[in-house]
Amino acid sequence: MQGLIDRLKALLADGTVARVIGWKKGDMSYNPTPAIFNSVEDLDEFVYDGFCGANLSKMMIDATKLEGKTAVLLKPCDSYSFNQLIREHRVNRDNAYIIGIACRGKLDIERAKATGIKGITEVTGTEHDGADTVTFKTLYGDKEVAYNEIMLGRCYMCKGKEHVIADEVIGESKDTAVVDRFAQVAEIEAMSSAEKFEFFKKELSKCIRCNACRNVCPCCSCRKCVFDSTKFDSQQKANVDSFEEKMFHIIRAFHVAGRCTDCGECSRVCPQGIPLHLFNKKFIKDIDTFYGEFQAGKDPEAQSPLTAFTFEDVEPKIVSERSKG
Amino acid sequence: MQRIGVFVCHCGTNIAATVDVKKVAELVRFEPGVVHAEDYTYMCSEVGQQRIIDTVKEKNLTGIVVCSCSPRMHEATFRKCAEKAGINPYMVEIANIREHCSWIHKDMEEATEKAVILARAAIAKVNLNAPLQEGESPVTKRALVIGGGIAGIQTAIDIAEAGYPVDIVEKTPSIGGRMSQLDKTFPTLDCSSCILTPKMVEASAHPLITLHTYSEVENVSGFVGNFEVDIRKKARSVNMDKCTGCGVCMTKCPMKKVPSEFNRNLNTRTAIYTPFAQAVPNVPVIDRENCMYFKTGKCGVCSKVCQAGAVDYEQQDEIITEKYGAIVVATGFDMIKLDKFDEYAYSQSADVITSLELERIMNAAGPTSGHLERISDGKAPKNIVFIQCVGSRCNDHRGKPYCSKICCMYTAKHAMLIRDKYPDTNVTVFYIDVRTPGKNFDEFYRRAVEQYHVNYVKGQVGKVVPKADGTLDVQGVDLLDNKQIVVNADMVVLAAAIEPNPDIRKIATMLTASIDTNNFLTEAHAKLRPVESPTAGIFLSGVTQGPKDIPETVSQAGAAAVKVIGLLAKDKLKTNPCTAKCDPIACNGCSTCANVCPYGAISYEDQLVRGPGVNETRRVAVVNTALCQGCGACSASCPSGAMDLQGFSNRQLISEVDAICR
Repeated sequence: MQGLIDRLKALLADGTVARVIGWKKGDMSYNPTPAIFNSVEDLDEFVYDGFCGANLSKMMIDATKLEGKTAVLLKPCDSYSFNQLIREHRVNRDNAYIIGIACRGKLDIERAKATGIKGITEVTGTEHDGADTVTFKTLYGDKEVAYNEIMLGRCYMCKGKEHVIADEVIGESKDTAVVDRFAQVAEIEAMSSAEKFEFFKKELSKCIRCNACRNVCPCCSCRKCVFDSTKFDSQQKANVDSFEEKMFHIIRAFHVAGRCTDCGECSRVCPQGIPLHLFNKKFIKDIDTFYGEFQAGKDPEAQSPLTAFTFEDVEPKIVSERSKG
Repeated sequence: MQRIGVFVCHCGTNIAATVDVKKVAELVRFEPGVVHAEDYTYMCSEVGQQRIIDTVKEKNLTGIVVCSCSPRMHEATFRKCAEKAGINPYMVEIANIREHCSWIHKDMEEATEKAVILARAAIAKVNLNAPLQEGESPVTKRALVIGGGIAGIQTAIDIAEAGYPVDIVEKTPSIGGRMSQLDKTFPTLDCSSCILTPKMVEASAHPLITLHTYSEVENVSGFVGNFEVDIRKKARSVNMDKCTGCGVCMTKCPMKKVPSEFNRNLNTRTAIYTPFAQAVPNVPVIDRENCMYFKTGKCGVCSKVCQAGAVDYEQQDEIITEKYGAIVVATGFDMIKLDKFDEYAYSQSADVITSLELERIMNAAGPTSGHLERISDGKAPKNIVFIQCVGSRCNDHRGKPYCSKICCMYTAKHAMLIRDKYPDTNVTVFYIDVRTPGKNFDEFYRRAVEQYHVNYVKGQVGKVVPKADGTLDVQGVDLLDNKQIVVNADMVVLAAAIEPNPDIRKIATMLTASIDTNNFLTEAHAKLRPVESPTAGIFLSGVTQGPKDIPETVSQAGAAAVKVIGLLAKDKLKTNPCTAKCDPIACNGCSTCANVCPYGAISYEDQLVRGPGVNETRRVAVVNTALCQGCGACSASCPSGAMDLQGFSNRQLISEVDAICR
């Protein structure tokens, strides 16, 4: 990590960039928080470890409007989001210096806690070049867990170790995919309509409308969200009526359809543990099926199948027939 | 707050028999904004309209809701009426309580409830309506005809005769279309070429008609009065200006084994070719896929023998862009593929042919020089069986549900001609019904039966079995005799269903013209606007709209021309004021709307945006209202709701939905 910090300091010192967006230590040993570093000294607080799951690309919308270049640290999967933002003209590429950083999968503290770990005082072994086991120092003694057993759900469906965009890449990433990315969707597809409805009703009823999903989502970058607009009769409250409860997430999924890179941040930040990524994954799966495989953000020049038209496009009749089969 | 008048129409008994119109008027009276509600027998009548005008003045109405038939019928009527009464025509909304309600319901209570709900939605919308002003757009006084068959030729000639320039785009090397493949035409039996070629020459020689043969429409943008069309002129490999049409290249071309499309693959042609002797223009093309020079780089015979030096191997496809005020689609038809009808042994025996193939065989310029011969052995057939409705009137997925309309007559023609020229030939026709409506049609058919003794058998064929001796056993049923029969034949002719030219799907998409489930272009109104597409500025000519014979095609071609002339005669067109509008404060500048806009009406520019907490120059969407056709694709795709369609704003639509769900 020292090498990384030295490189960042050098970039700031020689004026290549005016600021760096990365992570600094949080109030606990397992929640580093996104931060902007404006000076070489600030960087002393910089951290990059297994808990740095946050996708920083969205912060570049505002940062690239500032004077001077902004360096941003992007993991391979985050780089897709950045590309998508370029495609939507939401970031100024010329004002961005992208440092592709190495990733071996990011950790999920909830998964660790679910193994019975509590009273955590310190976590070690989570750095990129760290051990295969993570050591939790707790009030009840040290506990060791294999790194690849407590990763974020999305990391088991890793998109790959390559950065799709970067000015420089530091370190070697690891492809941590072990399960089919659409396995969960297929499970839900196998349910009856009534079961699906019950499943989502149960999940969505947990929503407290904290808007964390919306705030973190790189696609939810509207200057003014339709849900905040007075033009539409939305209430901006949890459970104010069944519409707000059910429709907020469904409409959000429609709005990001064809644009969602499947970064999984929505599910990572949801304090209620709602599997929000399932909506997006279902859309991605359908788009793949009907229009051929498409990965949003892979190529900033590529047309999204939902906003492009070709004579080969599948017709509604075929869509409905295929979805039956 | 609007002052809305609601006018509920009985439409005689069309609405009033199923909807309690009085109750509808009574129940909507207390909706927000409504200051007047009444019902009347015929709202569209002079008296009905006067009632609206009087009420507007009497009660100072600002908005009107008419509960009546589809807005496609009378929206224009009531908008004009509003204008007469002194209010903006876009303050009128129609609640369709006929097509959407009375005609599809039987129960009066239910229908009445639904009518009230539909009225409520329209009232909710009018409450948010704002006056809109129509703009004007110029008209390019030039027409495009897609397809150079008899339909396209006739339309083009008629338009050109009225003094407007016309371009014909034809995919094949020559104009002429299907009619040029026919031998004789029913019911007069005159030679098809003899009556068609003068038309072809007339089109070619007309100073106002430009032919683009061996060309295809590549892209269409713009809108009524202002279309911009890219036409791909495929490389002919022969210079049209230099070629004298002497034909030496074709006689000398060593590649003689290319199946002749014009002769339905019954014989072959050379690689450099004109499809038929009377081709217009009489300039050959090199079929590069089959040309030795293009395949191997060796040969070049045509170039060597061409005295005029017209052969140009280096020629490239050229894309020209032209502006048109109107576009006529005349892409015609083809016969269906018969792979799903293998019980008739079409793929198993060369002597099972389609009617169009028989046309070529009977034609003096055809593969057998007009002699009726079996394709397999060149012998004269003594027993011929015609099978009708192969794929027409077909209820399963294999064929077409419609009647192809021309088959009964051309089969009578074929049968009669064969019996006339070869009296020793037995002709049997298996039919479901013989349909002969049309001038001199039934007389024609009866002549085949009574005078020429063609054996008509009512019944269908189950199977055609090729036999070892080269003959065919046709196993059918004679319904009038109620028994199964087997007819031994030397030749079987299938009246295969006709279907629109497969290119129509692509063309319709480019034109945003709608097609029906059978790929025929849809009319703006099946009865009252049969030659217009619902898409303004697009007109239909010939079989592209539905099956028809030559006289009908020519009539319709003329009708389409009249509509085009009516359009081109105008100097200005009123534009639809229901166009999209961008709210720069909410716009993200993401380009989604520009990507989905079918009219290229959205561009992006850096604009100073000022609003609560905003004061910056940024990229926002701008709508060119002259190009915008109000389709709403942008507003539906805009994630932030910045794009809105005037007259159909998100707010208006939501309030309609709310009014329905309330």
